Order: sequence, then structure tokens, then C-alpha cells
Amino acid sequence: MISKKWVASCFTFLLAIGFVLSGCGNTAQTGGGAASAPAGSPAASSAPSGTTAAGGGFALDDIKKRGKLVVGVKYDTKLFGLKNPTGGEVEGFDVDMAKALAKEILGDEKKIELKEVTSKTRIPMLENKEIDMIIATMTITDERKKQVEFSDVYFKAGQSLLVKKGSPIKGIADIKKGTKVLAVKGSTSVINIKAKSPDATILEFDNYQDAFSALKAGQGDTLTTDNAILYGMMAQDKNYEVVGEPFTDEPYGIAMKKGETALQSTVNEALKKLQSNGEYKKIYEKWIGQSPS
Amino acid sequence: MPDFSIFTDYFPIYMKGFGNTIVASIIALIGSFVLGTIIAVFRISSVKLLNWIGTAFVEFIRNIPLLLVVFVFFYGLPSVGVTLSGFVCGTVGLTVYTASFIAEAIRAGIMSVPRGQTEAAQATGLTYIQTMRYVVLPQAVKIVIPPLSNQFLNLVKNSSVLGVFAGFDLMYFGDQIASETYATFDTYVIVALLYLVLTLPLSYMALRLERKLAQTG
Repeated sequence: MISKKWVASCFTFLLAIGFVLSGCGNTAQTGGGAASAPAGSPAASSAPSGTTAAGGGFALDDIKKRGKLVVGVKYDTKLFGLKNPTGGEVEGFDVDMAKALAKEILGDEKKIELKEVTSKTRIPMLENKEIDMIIATMTITDERKKQVEFSDVYFKAGQSLLVKKGSPIKGIADIKKGTKVLAVKGSTSVINIKAKSPDATILEFDNYQDAFSALKAGQGDTLTTDNAILYGMMAQDKNYEVVGEPFTDEPYGIAMKKGETALQSTVNEALKKLQSNGEYKKIYEKWIGQSPS
Repeated sequence: MPDFSIFTDYFPIYMKGFGNTIVASIIALIGSFVLGTIIAVFRISSVKLLNWIGTAFVEFIRNIPLLLVVFVFFYGLPSVGVTLSGFVCGTVGLTVYTASFIAEAIRAGIMSVPRGQTEAAQATGLTYIQTMRYVVLPQAVKIVIPPLSNQFLNLVKNSSVLGVFAGFDLMYFGDQIASETYATFDTYVIVALLYLVLTLPLSYMALRLERKLAQTG
């Protein structure tokens, strides 16, 4: 009897250990995958892109032959690319930019196909020619310029300030000693604001909802984070507005496959045209709620 | 083995949070004891209205999470024109919340003294106050000390709720250090040790008091 019990308890113990180990194994795997992706993709990407680089690329011809522009956009980002939960349509600033480009390049804004991308999948999908370009809140960085061709800036993203309408704070310079600045714990925006205005009192909250609620409750004078998020809050409550120029520089660009310089210049020309004919301003105001600066 | 260099590197920040946690705990400890006693008296009072107020307070406050009690003070009060800082809201919320438990502990202690004692005391001509002072309370105190010290220990640990409302307590700065260093485990081990520095002496004092009262019994 005793030995039976003993065997049973041993078995349970082993089972428990097994669960723990398999749990650990999984996390280690996903952790490793996430860590290796950004490091691995540039190396993997350089080989195929080198072969197609000649002659400014073929993507533009492919698009025209196909008669359809395939664009990777986000499906989960407020204001920029969000799948409407009721209608199923994907809508946003990035989506409207994609449609405007289709109209410029192919003459019809309906000649477009949207594909969902995430920050992790967008560059691999571009490399595999699953999409012609990425318009998905992608910040232009020197590191990424080695992997893709970027268009000119189409949205000036960066850390900004949200205040109640009529607030004396009009920009980063108005943050003085004793100004209560609300932010989210552990975000780079905390580090940035401490560097820009070291005298401010910074109150950190667990998430954006709490920080915005605190601003609404008058617990602070201003809320700081990326302006794309702040514009989303502004859309939610019209009593609040984004003030001043962004004080960090994270411009969004449209990314194309490395070496596709012909497509790149076409896109840049189209962007210039959209800006001069007022189409860009219309899209900007529709989604962002302010005029482009 | 945790890396204690974080403690030396971030010593001033840890101490700032530690100090605020002590201040919040002491204020809430005194406040909740006073408020809890008043509520307990309400609950055992023969006046129907006071009785009702006491019961309503205890049942309402102790049956919702502490986080939400503070939430009401922090996000709710500004809508009626009273804006208090995270530190004040956290401390007041903690006081009110703990008071509801203390009221119950004290009430239970007083109720556990047999009714015959009160009747006998009053038969000898003692007034209500005298009966309480010389007969009931000395016996009740001994019964109340253990659950009361429990509540005070909980209070010190519950003060970590301030961290959610930017109350600059130990937990708030712990979160900050963890997100800055990415050494989450090491950071919170030190936070836990600092809480122990507060709670262990409190535990010990409660035990001493308990023994002393048992002897004088």
C-alpha cells in the first residue's frame, strides 16, 4: 500500500515538473524568436534584394501590369489602420493615403488591395513580394534604411503633449517647475520628458486609460506620449487637444523593397502632388482632427 | 541570488519611497484606529440610526476591493470639485478601508465579553461608561489585540495601492526602478525586504503586547 502511494505521488511530482519544464521551454522559444527576428532579418534580406536592385527595380512595372496596388497596412491601430468591428472595412489615415496613391499611380483609388501587417511581419512580407509597399505607422530610421527604401515623410510622429482646451501650456517650453506631467510607467516618453524638462513633476500610471482619466480628473496639467496615441484620445474627447510640435523626431515613411528606386520616386512625386492639390490636407484633417503643421 | 547593487545604485529613490510608505502607514494606522473605534461604537449602540450607519459603512466598504475605494477618491472626487493628490487619496482610502475591518474586530471583542458581566456591573451601581471602562474594555482588549495587529500588518502591505495612483510610495518607485533597469526580480526582492523591515517589528510588538496583557489578566 505504502509503495503504491509513493509511486503515485512520485508520478504526480514528475508530471508537475514536466508541466513546468514544457512551460519554460515555450517561453524560451518565443523569447528567442522575438529577439532574433530584428537581428536576423536584415542579414536575410540583403541577399535577394541585391539581385533585383539593378535598373531601379521592377515593382512599378509589376504594379501597372497587375493593375492593382498591394499595400500592407495595420488592422489594429486607431486612426491609422483599424478594422471596423461592425462593417469589416479597414479604415484610417494610412489606408486613405494608400487609396490616394493608387489614384495617382493607377488612376483609380479602388485599384488597391490591403493586406494586414504587424511591426514584425511587414519587412518580411515586403521581401517576399507579398506587398508592394508598407504604409503602417513605420518610423524612418537609419537602421531600417539599410533594409528598405523610404519615401518622404508623410506623417510627423513624435512625442507630444495633450492638454485640456484653453490650457496655458502651448508646447514643451511651457512646462515649468511644478507642472504636473502625466505619463505611463516604463515608457520611453518618461525618459524623454525628464531630459527635456527636468523640473516637471512626473506622475506615472499603469496604462494610457488611467493616465487619460487622471488628466480628465484634473490630477495633472498635461499628458505626454506619442502624438499618434494622443490624437486618438483627442478623437475620443473633443475637450482635449494636442499642442506644440512633436519634441522627438519619429517621422513615418512609406517603405518599399530595397532597390526599387523607380517606385520610390513615383511615390515621392505622388506625395508632392497630394500635398499641392490639398488632398493630403483633407485626409490629414479627417483622421487627425487638426491641420498638418 | 538577487543583485543588491541595484539597492546601492538607487538608494535615494528606494528611501524616498520607503519614507512615504512609512508616513502613509502611520497616518492610516492612527486614522483607521480612531475611525474604526467610532464605527464599532456605532454598531453596538442602542440608537437605531447610529447602528444603521455603522452597519452600512462596514458592509459597504469592506466588501469592495481597496483599489476601487481609492479609485473613487482619485477619479471620482474631482467631479465634485475636490482634487486630492495620489498620496492623499491613497492614504485616506487606506484609512477608510482598514477602519471597516478594525470596527468589526473591536465590535467582536466587546461582544465576546459575556452579557452577565455588564448586568452584574450595572447591578452594583456602575454607570454605562464605568461599566465599559472598568469591566468590559479591559477584557475586550485582550481578545482584540491579535485581529487588530493583523489588520495593521495588512494596512502596511496594502499601502502599495498608492503606487497605482502616483502616490510616490515604495511600490511606485519599485515599478520605476524595475522599468529602468529591466532587473524586475532583483528590484522587487529589495522592495519586499523593505516591507519586511516595517512589518516584522510590528509583528513582534504585537506579540509582546499580547503576552504582557495575558500576564496582567
